[in-house]
Amino acid sequence: MSTPILEFRRVSRSFGEGRAAVPVLRNVDLSVNELEFLCLVGESGCGKTTTGKILSGLLPPTGGRVLFEGQDVSTLKGEAYGRYRRAVQIVHQDPYASLNPTQSIFDILRYPLLRHGFAKNHKQAHTRASELLELVGLTPTADVIGKYPHQLSGGQRQRVSIARALTTQPKVIVADEAVSMVDVSIRISILKTLMKMRETLGLTIVFITHDLALAKYFAWEGRIAVMYLGRVVEVGATRDVTGRPQHPYTKTLLSAIPEPDPDRTRRKEQLSLRSEDVPSLTELPAGCTFHPRCPFFEPGRCDREEPELEAVPRAESDARVACLPLTEDGTLRPYGG
Amino acid sequence: MTGVTTPQGPVERVPVLEVENISVAYAAARGAVRAVNNVSFTLHKGEALALIGESGSGKTTLALALIRMLVRAAKVTEGRVRYVKNGAAQDVLGLSEREIRRFRWSECAMVFQGAQNAFNPVLRLSEQFSDTARAHGKGDRAWVKRRTLELFKLVRLDPERVYNAYPHELSGGMKQRALLALGVLLDPQVVILDEPTTALDILTQRAIIDVLAEMQDRLGFSIIFISHDLALAAEMADRVATMYAGEIIETGTVDDIFYEPLHPYTLGLLRSVPRLSGSQDLISIPGSPPDLISPPPGCKFHPRCPFASERCRSEAPPLEDFGAGHLAACWHTDRVVEARQGLWSDGAVVTRG
Repeated sequence: MSTPILEFRRVSRSFGEGRAAVPVLRNVDLSVNELEFLCLVGESGCGKTTTGKILSGLLPPTGGRVLFEGQDVSTLKGEAYGRYRRAVQIVHQDPYASLNPTQSIFDILRYPLLRHGFAKNHKQAHTRASELLELVGLTPTADVIGKYPHQLSGGQRQRVSIARALTTQPKVIVADEAVSMVDVSIRISILKTLMKMRETLGLTIVFITHDLALAKYFAWEGRIAVMYLGRVVEVGATRDVTGRPQHPYTKTLLSAIPEPDPDRTRRKEQLSLRSEDVPSLTELPAGCTFHPRCPFFEPGRCDREEPELEAVPRAESDARVACLPLTEDGTLRPYGG
Repeated sequence: MTGVTTPQGPVERVPVLEVENISVAYAAARGAVRAVNNVSFTLHKGEALALIGESGSGKTTLALALIRMLVRAAKVTEGRVRYVKNGAAQDVLGLSEREIRRFRWSECAMVFQGAQNAFNPVLRLSEQFSDTARAHGKGDRAWVKRRTLELFKLVRLDPERVYNAYPHELSGGMKQRALLALGVLLDPQVVILDEPTTALDILTQRAIIDVLAEMQDRLGFSIIFISHDLALAAEMADRVATMYAGEIIETGTVDDIFYEPLHPYTLGLLRSVPRLSGSQDLISIPGSPPDLISPPPGCKFHPRCPFASERCRSEAPPLEDFGAGHLAACWHTDRVVEARQGLWSDGAVVTRG
C-alpha cells in the first residue's frame, strides 16, 4: 500500500498540566489514505474534534508523531511546513461562529488567496473567489460575493466555509460536524457538493460526525473509525463497521439509534449498557475504558489490560478492533451469561 | 394521594386538547411575521403527537401559544384552544392570569430544549422541586418529597443521591431525566417536549427515549413533542403532524406519514434522511423556506415543489381528509402517491446513483 497522506503514530493529546491534565487522546494510531473518505464517529468527548484539529495542524500533539506524506510534521520547516498546512484544510462545525461577521464573503475568500499567492492582485482574487463560489453551488456568484455572513442562511454560510477551505487548493479537507447545524433538507445537498468536489478536485475527506447513519451513507465506499474516550475502538470498511459491527461499543451504538421507519425502529433489538454513566477523562477505568458499561465485560480480563487495535480471528469483517475477548478468542460472551 | 397514578389499558379516543384555527403573528419592523397560520389539531388522552418540520416552521411558537408563554411581540391573532378534563372544557386563551398559572404545570407542562441550563445552579434539586410545587399551589412538603423520590426512581435516577444533589453534580443525560421528572411533578395531562433529545449523545438519547416511554405508560399523560428528527418521531409518536411555513400541511398516524405520505414536503423530508438499515438515494429539497412576512401566494411550498402547477401558484390547498384521519393540504396528492413508490423498496444491498 502506498504511503498514507496523513498518519497518526501513537498520538496523544492532553489539556492542562500535571495532575489537572485531561488526556483527550491516548496513543491513537490512524491513517488517512489518499483520495479516501474516512469518517470519525463517536459521542461528545471522544476526541474526534481534537483528532481533526491535530490532523490539520491547528493543534500540536503532546505525544506521538503526525506524518504528512510520510514526513513527521514537527520536523517540517519553512516552505515544507507551509505546503502541509495549505494541503490540509478544516471546515468547522458552526458556520455562525467560523466566519468573521465584519468581512464580506469576498474578503473571507480574498485574504487567504492573496496571502498564499493563489491570486496576485484584486482582480485575480475576484475571479478566483467567483470560481470557488460557483464550485460550492453559491450561484449567481455576483449576488453572494458582496454580502456579509449575516445575510446568508446557515446552509449558505457552510458553503462559504467550504469555499474558504478550498482557497489554498488543499489535498485533504477535514469536515468537523460540517452539517450538524443545518436543516435536514439542506444537509444532503451540501454533502453531495462535498462528494462531487472530492471527485473533480481529487480530495481526501476526513468527515467527523456523531451521526452513524450519515456516516454510513457518505462513507459507503470509504472507512469508518469509531472513537471512545480518546481511542479508536474499531476501524474498517464502512460496510463492515455498519453492517457487521464487532466491537461491543459499536454494536451498542448501532442498536441504540432510532430509525426513520416506525416498524423497524419498534422491532429493533437493543443492547443494554451495564451503566449509563460515561467515565470522566480524568478518572479513566483501568484496562479497557469501556468495561464498566460493556454488556460483554469479562472480569479479570477486560479490567486489567488496555486492548490495542487488532484483527478479529475468523470474523467476516476486516475491521480492526480494540477488544481482548474479540481479538484473542474471536467471540464475545454476554456478561454474567 | 399516593403520588404516581397508573391508568392502564388501551388508548381511548378521549380528547384532552382541541386546537382550532389558531394563528400567531410576531410584530417585526418589516411587518407581521405570520409564524403560525390557521392550525387545528386534537390531542387525545395517552397519545404522543409529534410536530415535525424544519427550523422556522412554527413548531415552537405553536407550542408556546398553547400554554400562553409567547413573547410580548407575538400575539395569537385568532383561534381557540380547548382543554378538556373529566368531561369539562376550559378555554385556555380566556383564562385569567391566575388561572393560567395553575393551568401550566398542573394541567399542561412544557419541558424546554437545553436541559443543561434549566436548573438553578445554586439550588439543590430538592429545593427546585418544592419551589415549583409551591409556585403552582402544592405546598405540602411531605407530599412533594414523596412524589419527587418516586419520579426519580421512575426516570432511573438514584432518588436519595439526586434529591440532595446540585445540578453540576449530574451529567447531561441525568439532568434531562431530572427535568422530565420535574415536568410531570404535578401530574399534568399534557406534556410538551421541545426537542427532548437534541444535542444529546446517542446512548444518552436512547436512555431518554426509553424513560419517556415508561413514564407515559405508567402516568398516562399525552405528549406533544417537537422535533426535526424523523427517526425520533418514528419511534415515539402515535400521530405525526408535518409543519411547513407555519401550517400543518399533513397529519396522520405515524404509519400514514412514514409509509403513505401524501404531501410532497413530507415525502421530501423522508427522502432526505439517511437510514442505518436499507438504503436509497438521498435527495434534498431544493430551495429554502419562505419569508413569513411576505409568503408566496397559493401553496407556500410551491416554489420548492416538483409537482407545482398553475393552480398551486394561485390557490392555497385546504387540509383535506383522505380517510381515517389522514389529512393533507395538496392539490396533487395523486402525483405524490405515484412518486412515493419505491420509497421503502429497500433491500440489504445499497444502490445509489
